[in-house]
Amino acid sequence: MAGYREHGAGPRGMIYLDYQATTPLAPEARSAMLPYLDEKFGNPHSPHRLGREAAAAVDVAREQVASLLPSGGRLAFTSGATESLNWAIKGSHGPIVTSATEHAAVLDSVRAAGQAERAVTILTVGADGLIDLDAARVAIAPGTGLVAIMLVNNEIGVIQPVEQLAELAHAAGALFLCDAVQGYGRVAIPANCDLVAISAHKVHGPKGIGALWVRDGVTLDPLLHGGGQEAPGRSGTLAPMLCAGFGAAATLMASRADVDAAHVARLWLLATRHLGPEWRINGSAEHRYRGNLNVRRDGIDSARLISGLRGLAFSAGSACASGSGRPSHVLKALGLTDRQARSSIRLGFGRYTSESDIGAAMTMILDAAARQAMWAA
Amino acid sequence: MALSRLYLDHAATTPLHPAARDAMMQALERWANPSSPHAEGRAARAALEDARARIGRALGFGGTIIFTSGATEAIEIVLRRAKAGDRLISAVEHDAVRRAVPDGAMLAVDSEGCVGELPSSARGALVAVQAVNNETGVIQPLDRIGAAVHEAGGLLLADCAQSAGKMALPDADFIALSAHKLGGPPGIGALLVRDLATLAPSGGQEQGYRGGTENLPSVLAFAAAVEAGGAWIERAASLRARLDAAISETGGTVVASATERLPTIASYRMVGVAATAQLIRFDLAGIAVSAGSACSSGSLKPSHVLAAMGWDEGAAREVVRISFGRDTSEADIDRVAAEWRAIASTARARAA
Repeated sequence: MAGYREHGAGPRGMIYLDYQATTPLAPEARSAMLPYLDEKFGNPHSPHRLGREAAAAVDVAREQVASLLPSGGRLAFTSGATESLNWAIKGSHGPIVTSATEHAAVLDSVRAAGQAERAVTILTVGADGLIDLDAARVAIAPGTGLVAIMLVNNEIGVIQPVEQLAELAHAAGALFLCDAVQGYGRVAIPANCDLVAISAHKVHGPKGIGALWVRDGVTLDPLLHGGGQEAPGRSGTLAPMLCAGFGAAATLMASRADVDAAHVARLWLLATRHLGPEWRINGSAEHRYRGNLNVRRDGIDSARLISGLRGLAFSAGSACASGSGRPSHVLKALGLTDRQARSSIRLGFGRYTSESDIGAAMTMILDAAARQAMWAA
Repeated sequence: MALSRLYLDHAATTPLHPAARDAMMQALERWANPSSPHAEGRAARAALEDARARIGRALGFGGTIIFTSGATEAIEIVLRRAKAGDRLISAVEHDAVRRAVPDGAMLAVDSEGCVGELPSSARGALVAVQAVNNETGVIQPLDRIGAAVHEAGGLLLADCAQSAGKMALPDADFIALSAHKLGGPPGIGALLVRDLATLAPSGGQEQGYRGGTENLPSVLAFAAAVEAGGAWIERAASLRARLDAAISETGGTVVASATERLPTIASYRMVGVAATAQLIRFDLAGIAVSAGSACSSGSLKPSHVLAAMGWDEGAAREVVRISFGRDTSEADIDRVAAEWRAIASTARARAA
């Protein structure tokens, strides 16, 4: 369908390779949202028929989103993963163990909890971006309240050993929170997590909605108070339109899982082959989601590369921290120097990226990098 | 033939304004992340900032606008982070305020639901008073309250979820807005801040005051809805007067009839008939109304708003809310009034 080409190419014929920042809205998700723009405008918390219909649509979406999560828990819709993570962290109790490469939503929330006098331990990662389980075993001491580790890193794509970390958390009597924003629908979510935070717009759903999955028996203090519309303790009127879009996006992630994974693997091979050995991969090349390729080439200024390549959308790290001018905290945690971090670029691709997009984009990047190198020489 | 459905629960949520719908339809194609540095991200950022400026202009607000997921979140941010002393809230605030400060001191209201004089404990406090009550439509005298709060060196938070777009914004330090109450989509709202120095930042997007990827399509629809305005509100005043009169004539009680109310929200007591029973009868007749707020529906708790106004629990359980939108017509009013009379007369017949 025509939509796919338009999606891969971005709004104005650009090639979009920034899938970790946000992903194109799936046409199916968009279609699922449209009825709620018109006659189905009810408040899902109203008791009359229009409200009950909206509530039923929210419940269908909840089932769809939950189908890619472990069984034995409840799913609360939120305004996005930032809210989910804030809620899980601020709503839990006791000392926290997390890692140096977590998203800012986790690190900032943990810092706030630390100011509220909860003890905080930040695990370092190896040069491959992975947490060392022996070090984690020592850090996750009995009495720990919460262990918060992401499944797939948003900057470098590496997959953390979440299942083993959750086991360590449980052995210490702690809850395990998994930031599965990048991994949801792409990498299996270990069944032994207690709390899982996800976001719709990273899986071709709409912005403004996410969820927190809470294992049965786990209780959290609320973050947003009020009507208590969502069972595990979240307030605020839900947007049935956004729920429906999220549900449809989740269903597609499930039904297209194999096709999408194979497509992404092909794109990864193509991209790495194009770039060649001068470009080094940041983070483990083995334990990773292949829709992310974070690479560096000595002597390159990534900020200039991004602003110079106007037909190509990619980034140097997380969108949230862009503009700050600070080198990526994730790349620094791998042991990269500021200079190496500033010569790194993040390429993200997926369902709507074509092989020719990758070919054209890599040619553009190689040409621009060669021009930079020439002027620097 | 069955009559078409009549929706008179616009205080719970109201349909998308056509202009907001169009904006949303177009904006769904603009899925880039406004915080991304590339051209698409920058275009999204420009659209976001343009929408922010348009909302400020349409509402006549010159301070900072922070987009949130809705009024609940906007309220939560202020109650947690405002640089003020004690939290003092009116007894008729929405649950989003009440539950966020469960141990906060309460400002009593009179029998019409209006906040009176500030107590001495208000010195240096953050005082939360809504502009319009979501159950009764009662308009709070925020000019007087705001002046008193500032006199006492405090800050005023005005929950304007129900009033925005229908009346001028009050003179407050913080204002909470919800898009879906004024013709925008659910899932988006804003916190208006007069002076950012009065609020502690939390980090993240929105100048460090609200983390999370900006919801651009919803923001653009929000802006379109705000710009569409509430010119129909004067017509609503005559519709409400018509309904008040019809229900009073049939022996019903208009809640807070002696004070100024927003023309789109009204509550009525039908003596001897439980609100839950009224709702079922109205729903079967194709009419959607509510008993109090949607947020607490299903909880079957008596209204804290009516309790604060001195209503006893039994009487409060016989009150339903009827709220109007921009398309509500005189014929709609006559239909709901006729149904009201029918329900009331069968109840009287049964009691006789």
